[in-house]
Order: sequence, then C-alpha cells, then structure tokens
Amino acid sequence: MKRIHIVLLVVVAVAIGVLISFVNATSTYDTIETAMSKPGKYVHLMAKLDKSQPVDYDPLKDANYLSFTATDSTGKSVRVVYHDRKPDNFEISDKLVLKGKYVDGKFECKEIQTKCPSKYKEEAAKTGGTHPGNVPVGNSGTTAADTSKK
Amino acid sequence: MDYTGEHLLPGQLGHFFIVLALVASLFATFAYFKSAQAKLPDVETSWKRLARWGFIIQSLSVFAVFGILFYIINNHLFEYHYAWKHSSRSLEFKYLLSCFWEGQEGSFLLWSIWHSVLGLILIKTSKQHEAPVMAVISLAQFALATMILGTYFFGAKIGTNPFILLRDSGVLDNAPALHINFDLSQPLKPDYMTSITDGNDLNPLLQNYWMVIHPPVLFLGFASTIVPFAYAVAGLWKRQFGQINNPALPWALFSGAVLGVGIMMGGMWAYESLTFGGYWAWDPVENASLVPWMVLISGIHTALIYKHTGQSLRSTHLFYILSFGFVLYSTFLTRTGILGEASVHAFTGEGSNFFIHILLFLAIFIIPPFVLYFSRYRDIPAIQKEEEVSSREFWMFIGALVFFLSAIVIIGQTSIPVYNKIFGLSTAPPEDAEFKYNSIQIYVAIIVGLLTAFSQYLKYRETTKAFFWKKIALPAIASVILSGIILSIGDINYIRKGPVFQYSIWVAAACSIFAIIANAGYIWIGLKGRLRFTGGSVAHVGFGMVLLGILLSSAKKEILTNNKNGIPVAVAPGDNPMENLTLVQGVEMDMGKYLLTYQGDSAHPKKQQSFYKIHFKRKDGKEEFTLVPNSFVNYKGQEGLMSNPAARHYLTHDVFTYITSISNPDAKNDTASFKIHKIKTGDTVFYSSGYMVLQDVQSKDSLPEDIFGKEGSLHEMPVKIFSKTGSIFTVTSRLANAKNELIALPDTVASENLIIQVQKVNPDNSIELGVKESGSILKYITIKAYKFPFILILWFGVAITAFGMFISMFHRMRQNRRKEQPEQF
Repeated sequence: MKRIHIVLLVVVAVAIGVLISFVNATSTYDTIETAMSKPGKYVHLMAKLDKSQPVDYDPLKDANYLSFTATDSTGKSVRVVYHDRKPDNFEISDKLVLKGKYVDGKFECKEIQTKCPSKYKEEAAKTGGTHPGNVPVGNSGTTAADTSKK
Repeated sequence: MDYTGEHLLPGQLGHFFIVLALVASLFATFAYFKSAQAKLPDVETSWKRLARWGFIIQSLSVFAVFGILFYIINNHLFEYHYAWKHSSRSLEFKYLLSCFWEGQEGSFLLWSIWHSVLGLILIKTSKQHEAPVMAVISLAQFALATMILGTYFFGAKIGTNPFILLRDSGVLDNAPALHINFDLSQPLKPDYMTSITDGNDLNPLLQNYWMVIHPPVLFLGFASTIVPFAYAVAGLWKRQFGQINNPALPWALFSGAVLGVGIMMGGMWAYESLTFGGYWAWDPVENASLVPWMVLISGIHTALIYKHTGQSLRSTHLFYILSFGFVLYSTFLTRTGILGEASVHAFTGEGSNFFIHILLFLAIFIIPPFVLYFSRYRDIPAIQKEEEVSSREFWMFIGALVFFLSAIVIIGQTSIPVYNKIFGLSTAPPEDAEFKYNSIQIYVAIIVGLLTAFSQYLKYRETTKAFFWKKIALPAIASVILSGIILSIGDINYIRKGPVFQYSIWVAAACSIFAIIANAGYIWIGLKGRLRFTGGSVAHVGFGMVLLGILLSSAKKEILTNNKNGIPVAVAPGDNPMENLTLVQGVEMDMGKYLLTYQGDSAHPKKQQSFYKIHFKRKDGKEEFTLVPNSFVNYKGQEGLMSNPAARHYLTHDVFTYITSISNPDAKNDTASFKIHKIKTGDTVFYSSGYMVLQDVQSKDSLPEDIFGKEGSLHEMPVKIFSKTGSIFTVTSRLANAKNELIALPDTVASENLIIQVQKVNPDNSIELGVKESGSILKYITIKAYKFPFILILWFGVAITAFGMFISMFHRMRQNRRKEQPEQF
C-alpha cells in the first residue's frame, strides 16, 4: 500500500466522521406541541403570528426585546420572546420560522425568519423565503390592479 | 381578440431565435458527435464544418435573444411579463442589466451567452480536441435552451419563456378592473394596456452597483467550468487521457480566477448592501458557489502534478468532472426551491416540472461521464512508483485532497434539505450553524495554509534536506517573528467559542502569515523574480492574504452597538445580546468610543427610500463624521424596511451601520432641546402637559470593575410623571461614571413626547435634570453598528490570487503554443 493511500484513507475517514457528527447535531422542524414536549432543546418552530394577542416592541424602552404570541396549524399557541429588533415584514408574514428553545413556559427565540405572502396564490407558491438580507426574486407586492390605479 | 397598445414583434422574434438556438445547438451536438466518432479524416472534417455552422448559428441566436430582451426592458414594453415583473420606468439605466439576473430566464440566458462566447473561442483554439469538447458544450447549450423554451410537451411545461406576455402569464387573471364588465370570466379589455403604466420594479436590494457586475462575472466563472469538464470528458471518450491536460490547464486557471473573483464580489455586495453583518454567512447559496471553485482548484493542482511527474491524472479527470457537476448541482439546489426554509436567499422554485427538468440536466451531464470514468479508470495511465515524502507532488496532492474533501464536507452539510426530500425527514440546520462550519474549516485553513507555504520549496520527485532547509529557513524565521508580533499586539481574542477555537485561530493566522511570506520570498529565492513563472507564488500570496483577512476580520469583528459589555447592561437583566441601539432624533447617545446623534433624514425624490443622517463623534475628540445608511420604507406594500448599510472605510478597519427600525415615518422634524433643572429628591418640575417629581437619587454598589473601573459609579434616578390626562408614569434615568467618563442614559415617555436625562449628580445629591419636550411625535431610529477590521486584506488577497492565476494562465498558454508536441515529464 502506498503512503498516499494511507493518507487518503485517513483524510476520508476524518471527512466522514465530521459529516456524521454534523448530522447528529442537526435540529428538527417542529410544531408548538412537539416543541413544548422537549423543553430546552433547540428546534425550528413553524408557526405564525397570532394577531389577536399584543405584540410588544418599543425601541424607546428596549430596542432588543420583542414579545408576541405564535400559533400554528394545530391551533396551539405559545408566547415568544426574542432579544433583537422586530424583523421586517413581521406583521404581514404568513409564516414564521422561529429558531430557539422552549423554556419556562415561553419560547426563547434566537432567530426569526419571515415568509411573505403575496396577493396571488400562484405567485405565493413560487416565492420562496424572504428575509431582510436575501436575494428574493418574486416580490409580487404590486399587482396590475394596483398599477392601474395610478 | 386583438389588443391595442401591444408590441408583439419583438416577442415573436425572440421566440423564433430561442427555437433556432435550440435546433442549432442540437444539430451542432449531433454533428460534433459524428465528427468525434468518425474513423476517416474526410468524414471527420466534413461533420466538423457542419457542426461549426450549427454552433455559430446557435450563438448568434442566443445573442439575438439577449438583445431582444434588452430592447423590451429598455423600452418599457410592459406587455411582456419579464419587463413588467423585473423593471420599472424609474429604474436607472445602469440597473437595466440587473433585470436579467433577477429572473430565472435571464440567468439561464446569461449562462448560455457565456457558453457561446467560450465555445466560439474553443472552435478557434481547441484543434484536435474540438469535436469531442464542442460536442459537450453544444449539448449544454441545448440543455440551457430548453430552460427558456416555455412550450408544452406531452402536457409537461418545458422551461420558462422570457417573452411570455403579461396577459398570458396569469398575473392579470385576478384583476377585475382589466376585464370586460369587471367580470373575471370575460376576456381582458382590448385596451387593457392603457392601465399597465409601470412595471413592478427591480428588487431594491439588487439596485446596487455590485449587482451590475457580480452576476456576469460569477456566471462567467460558472460557465467556464464546462471547459475543463469538456476536456476531461473528451480525454475519456477519445482515450486521449493525458493529452487533454495541457490545453485544459489554462482554461481551468481562467475559470478558477474568474469564479473566485465572482464569488467574492458576491461577498462584497452582501457586505455593502445587505444587513446580515458580513460578507459570508455559510448560506447554502454561497456554499453552492464555493464548492465548485474548491474542487476546480484541487483539479488545477493535480493537473500540475501530472504535467511535471505523470502522477494524479485520474484525480485530475475526476476533479474537472465534479467541478462542473457541482455547478449543476448548485443550480439544482438554489433554483428549484428545494432549500426551502434552510436558506435566507431562497430563489424561486418553479414547480415540479422545473424540478424534474433540472434534475435531468444534472443527470445527463453527470452519469455518462462517470460511466466513462469508471469503465476506463484502469486505462488511464498511472505511475505505480511511490511518491517520495520529500517530493513536491506528495504534499501538493495531500493539499488538493484536503481541499477537495473540505468541499465535499461543505456540500454534504448544505444538502440537508435534499436528504429531507429523499428520505422524507424533517431535519433542520443545527443551532449556530455558522460555527459548525467554522469549527471544521479552521483546520482546513491550517493544513492548507501550511502546505501552501512550504510546498513550493520542495522539488518535484525528490528534494534533499539540505536544499529545502537552506531555502526555507529565512522565510520560516521571518514568519515566526511576524506571527509572534501580530498575535501578541493584535489582540485577537475570540473566546466566545472556547479556548480550543481561539488557539486554532491563532495557529491558522500564523500559518497564513507563513504562506504569505514564504510565497512572496519564493518569488526571489526560487524564481529570481522572473515574472512569468511567478503565477503560482503570487496566487498563493493572495490566498494567504485571503485566509488572514478572513481570520482577522471575523475574529476581531466588533458589534459597536452591542451593549453587552457596556453600561446599559449593568442595569438590564439577562445575558442576551443587545445589538440594537435606539437613537432619538437630536439626542446624543453613548456608543463605546463614539457619541452618536441621529440628525434627521431625507427622502429619495422618486422612490420610497429614506436616507438617515447619523453623526459619529469620537469621545477623544479626534474625529467626527456622518454616515448615511438608507432604507426602503414599506416598499411596494411590504411592511417594514429594506436597509442598505453605510460604512466609513479606514486602512485598518471599517465602521459599518444600518437601520433596524424606525418610528412612524410621518413624524415631523424635532428641534426642541433639553431644559436643565437643578433639583433634589422630592422636587417638582413642570412641563407643558403636567409635572414630574424626582423620587430618589440612588447610588448602585458592586459594579463590575472591568466595565466601570475602580472609581466608577452608577446613579439611578426614578422620576414619577403626572400628566394632565391623569396618567402616571415612572421612568428611570441613569448616569454612570465609568473609567472617568460620564455617560447619561436617558429615558423616554413616548405618549408624552418626553425625554428625561440626568446631566450631573452633585456631591450634595442634588441633580441636574434635563427635560426635553419634542414638539411632535418622537422620532427615533434603531441601528446596529459593527467594526470590521482588516477587511482590506481580504479584498486585496482576492485580487492578488486572481492576478497570480492569470499570470499562470498566460504562462501555460505560451508553453502550449511553443511546443505543440508530446508530454514533457
């Protein structure tokens, strides 16, 4: 066996090990119920903003505190606390990906991704995730009908 | 039905040229295939002549399609969906080209244009390899043409046509105002175009000069990876394994330089116009463009090994094939929407037909080359003799291997959504995914940095110890000294992720410094400064700078608005990062070394874009400047902001800020100033709509010494406010003395438009209370600000790397021209 083959084996083994450990560290997409069932575990919560409940964000008091109620398709809801500014398109987004942990009766969120709706179903299906720092493609904010009013 | 106000001719011409390109590229593929398979020289030549015409016609057609689409966008022909969706009348001319790459169709068109240009050059230059190489490229052109075809074939939609009319796109189907009798079941009004007066505009984030040049360069990089790929396939197909190495090498170098620059231009765009606070975020879209580049770089190194020693030909073929394979795979990842939640970029997904379409494209270009590769693997010449440990090729190969496997690990991590799709899982990225990448790639940086530094000092085949140590001694000693100096005074503390990671950063920084010095030294020690041989060394100097720039700028990045280690958090609960800072108009705020004032804003005359003036004043009085970040406010009905940062550039660092939220944009200007009242506990101060009573002057104990210093103090002054409306508020204003510096932390009552700030606490416990009543609603912004150090090292590193690769490319081209003769080992 050539030396280079031994090196090859070692490096490949390390690469495989790294990938396996990465896969083991991954988290999961959860509903509110499943997230609550594993408190303290980092999950991706798929939910949306419950507009009937107050959204608490006042930059004059604390620019790094946002609190709101999220609800998901099963109808469950949970209070979410997020220590950063209110994300763009927060109120109009039809889906929120909340990354964080359920701790002490509330969801401690580390990161929020907003998903934007659009006025046409077909377009909505096309429009992928949008986020403040992205390269969104189809923002179908304006429609032909809007344009015609001008 | 006839509609008025439409210009149908450009679209019809466009359709025609798309179909012509499709047919011509298919014909060119067939003819080149026949030519490549021909046994007799006459047959070979006649097929080749036909094939060339096919390819030239397809190239002209692609240029025509591009020209027509440009005409449509430039003339605001909004009856075409593409122009309506991606442009508007107010769009500046310089951004018209950006409309091409905002949409899927335009991106494929751009890709196809670059392939055409490269193909035309290859017809001139590829000589005996022309037929097989061009057969591959013609087939790729056929595949790309189907992407913009937009017809139905047995009920399945093939591609998306850029010339589709707005009225056929489905967008108008739900707009009753445009239909006869306002009835959606009726056809459109014949004069519906009179209502379509403007387009949807280009996404504001793309309205940036980097967005004009980054995509064409990146796509040229992507497109050019097909050339080494095509040569590798040609080598396998015609069993001319080794003979493709020399002609493919300059192309691989070209592709590596352009792709590398293209990727980092994307980073610069992200840095300058996006708000994720940096140039790189390990986002799947970024990873997908990095991985083909890394594989290609591995291929270049194994190709050099083969050129000099006859080893590593098999890996060269594999890397060239995989490089283009990963370009296609990244297209699949980023354009089908499969990334879904995993990416913040998330380009559009075009539905299941598109998904299958692009998967077929990938399969056609990956499976046959691999079948060829493995079936002829044994026939590819390989030297059985073992490489010496003291040989350059041994270490070069290890470097290429580590770089390649690092790419495989990155793409493996990026492909989680693909595993989800295949196995029906719901795996999400891990917590702190960026660190998961960094904690692995830091070791790659160490290994590759080190190998880059010393490999050039080894000779091919075998090096004597004396020779090696004599030559490398000086650069090594210089590197140790310089690394020592930089690490000891550089204050590179990145303890957040534990000591192991911090030490790894130190080691990696030292290795990259070694790479820079050793390669710069080699230009004189090894090459005596003869410029045309220096390509490799120059590129490696640049690469070392890239590594060093990445390490320094990331490890020493500071969040200036991070109050975590500052005064406010001494009074705020929790350990969460406090990265946003609120600035009330006209009120000076304390931010680390700076005093910040939000002075006001102005609006763009045509767009819903506002510019915010933020004045920075250094506390030591050495410098004052104003940064003007801007935001699109409630753009096109999207609630909230799309912010563009502003930065002040220094030689050693950038100060960088952007807007994270604003008060109600209708608020008026505020010109009021603070009124000072000297009061004691229990005293009352009146304001226009009520009064306030100072409750107490409290002095806080046990302050953290690292923040406040030995003599520090912190006073809290609760004030009770009784408004005329009967409401009662309690606010707490604070005044800190930290390290002999007085810092006021004002408090506000938004509903009363009040700002209260303690200016001074006297020894007798009386205070000077500043009260500011703003005439209108309080106007404020919240910002984040960063300090990016040494980012210039990274940008220069990229430029130098590319420059070195171009030197190498010209050197190899000259060599190829000079000896049109067999391999020289």
